[in-house]
Amino acid sequence: MRAGPPVLVRPVLDPPVLDLRHVTKVYGEGETAVHALRGVSLRVERGDYVAIMGASGSGKSTLMNIIGCLDIPSGGTYRLDGTDVGGLDERRLAIVRNRKLGLVFQSFNLIPRMSALANVELPLAYGGVKAAERRRRALAALDRVGLAERVHHQPNELSGGQQQRVAVARALVTAPTLLLADEPTGALDSKSSEDVMNIFDRLSANGRTLVVITHEEEVAAHAKRVVRLMDGQIVEDARTTPVGGLPPRLAEVAS
Amino acid sequence: MNGAEVLRFALRGLAANKMRSALTMLGILIGVAAVILLVAIGEGSSRQIQQNIQRLGANSLTITPSTSGGGGGGGFARAVGGGGGGGGAGRQNGGPRTQAKNLTVEDARALADPANAPSVKSVSPVVTAQSQTATYEGASHAIGQLVGTYPSYFEASNKPVAKGSYFYNDDVLAARKVVVIGQTVADDLFGTVDPLGKQITVSGVPFTVVGVLKEAGSSGFQDADDVAVAPLPAVQQSLTGFGPLGQILVQAKSAETVDAAQAEVTEVLNQRHGITATASADYRILNQETLQETVGAAIGTFTVLLGAVAAISLLVGGIGITNIMLVTVTERTREIGIRKAIGAPKGAILGQFLAEATMLSLVGGLLGVLIAVVGAQFTIAGVQPVIVPTSIALALGVSVAIGLFFGSYPANRAAGLRPIEALRFE
Ligand SMILES: Nc1ncnc2c1ncn2[C@@H]1O[C@H](COP(=O)(O)OP(=O)(O)O)[C@@H](O)[C@H]1O
Ligand SMILES: [Mg+2]
Repeated sequence: MRAGPPVLVRPVLDPPVLDLRHVTKVYGEGETAVHALRGVSLRVERGDYVAIMGASGSGKSTLMNIIGCLDIPSGGTYRLDGTDVGGLDERRLAIVRNRKLGLVFQSFNLIPRMSALANVELPLAYGGVKAAERRRRALAALDRVGLAERVHHQPNELSGGQQQRVAVARALVTAPTLLLADEPTGALDSKSSEDVMNIFDRLSANGRTLVVITHEEEVAAHAKRVVRLMDGQIVEDARTTPVGGLPPRLAEVAS
Repeated sequence: MNGAEVLRFALRGLAANKMRSALTMLGILIGVAAVILLVAIGEGSSRQIQQNIQRLGANSLTITPSTSGGGGGGGFARAVGGGGGGGGAGRQNGGPRTQAKNLTVEDARALADPANAPSVKSVSPVVTAQSQTATYEGASHAIGQLVGTYPSYFEASNKPVAKGSYFYNDDVLAARKVVVIGQTVADDLFGTVDPLGKQITVSGVPFTVVGVLKEAGSSGFQDADDVAVAPLPAVQQSLTGFGPLGQILVQAKSAETVDAAQAEVTEVLNQRHGITATASADYRILNQETLQETVGAAIGTFTVLLGAVAAISLLVGGIGITNIMLVTVTERTREIGIRKAIGAPKGAILGQFLAEATMLSLVGGLLGVLIAVVGAQFTIAGVQPVIVPTSIALALGVSVAIGLFFGSYPANRAAGLRPIEALRFE
């Protein structure tokens, strides 16, 4: 079932970046059990830019935690870039988080008292990249998010928008298979939000796969495909732009 | 992640909370310094006491009457023998000695006979009078020990004269009331006045000062300079009476002949006091060497005790590390979650917190060594501490082991956290 808009360059055997099948998540048990996800199946191809939307409490963050390998589903299977994540031990999971995933949180989650540069270098350090190479790549990532001037500032010396851009730089410095963001603009003013979304658009244009969780229509309008969640189930899956095309906002500018 | 990286992360973690890190280190510092210093004090006092024993006189044997041996033997003898008999009774094989005998000048004379005891160089009978009040022109001083003896005593007991001279055999024979006084006595009675030739009164009896002993230095409880030495008969006549001797000081001809001399002395005294194999001796011979061994063992126990007390404080310091690391882990749960979310392997988190704990204990330990080494330069409670190198190695090793051991529980807890739980932690 590989129907959909025709894509120009894509090897047929390339596995989808995300492949969730009947994923469920139950918090607690018995009377008080909360069914946060009730059988979610979702495939995301390489190069896609997906917005996951839904009201508060619809299970978006729960889904993000499972996709980001931070939590384990109660049922169903989850393949990330062809690998069944459910069968991995803690050591392999750490490697998957490090190499394949770049996570951006609503609350930035930078490590305090560490400079922007050190924060961005951190995933490379855990990935075993040599110090000089690490610095070069971290500086390049910070430059890409427009923070070349602020590399030695600590998080508490940066504005919210700048902190979120550091977080984006940290997420993409390892060139992950999937960039995953949970309400990345939730704590930002409209100008900073715009900055972050522009960075996402450019990343998408360069072929990176993005999944952005949001409840703002404005943010979802940047994506090529919008998935709507309600009560832990997908109720709508609408594509606005082909997987291989430019993200809609950039396409507007281009045309 | 290599080792240097883990260390850098750990350093950064410690620097983030300098006050807390410093206080935790203080616990270990005190523990390590206490171990090293207390062991050093033990070692120092041990050496000091050994020196004091050596100062008693080289190659000397001290014979004292033995109350315990005499009492036990005597009681049994009285029941059996009816309290009779002199020295001759002991000769009978297997017969218990009838009565504990005192040490006498005759005993000393017998020991001085080269035919009986060829290894003996000199024999000095000794009587002592404690706390005799001496006065000189209104100044008064209670002499700690007034010794009545022969001139050979000065050499045998290693008490050289600094000023003036000894007394001589003539003085002994004539029972002249001359005296050689210790430095403390000289200072107290005469101050800056030259004591030589002056007459002091000891418990109402006039003595002429002929010499002042070389300062021996006060050490431990006793002031070795609070003494006066006078001819035996003079002291007996005027102060103690002609009773038994307090002790007999025997000097062997050389270090090699000390044991031979002891054997000879034992034989002579056994014969004179009628002691046979089955009866316990009514005298005791104190061999300087044996004394040193005994005291050495006692001091060793004492040092171990000190070290044990200090080790407890080191343990308490270690528990301080666990405590602070637990607080740190709890406080930084969210940070641990972030690190895990960006792919930190378990080992890296474990390594970081273990390295933090170990660094706390190692730096604390090194500072403790430093303080102990500096502290050992000073005299503590009258003792010059002597640092034992193994105690440094041990204390440092133990402090690092403590860091690893006490840090591993919190570190494991940190490393074992599920990323999502750590991230949700507020
Ligand atoms: N750790 C948890 N324990 C229990 N219930 C939870 C937990 N996290 C989320 N939930 C519940 O799961 C449902 C989905 O939550 P969430 O995924 O955070 O939704 P969203 O991000 O869309 O607001 C909610 O009803 C929420 O109360
Ligand atoms: Mg949410």
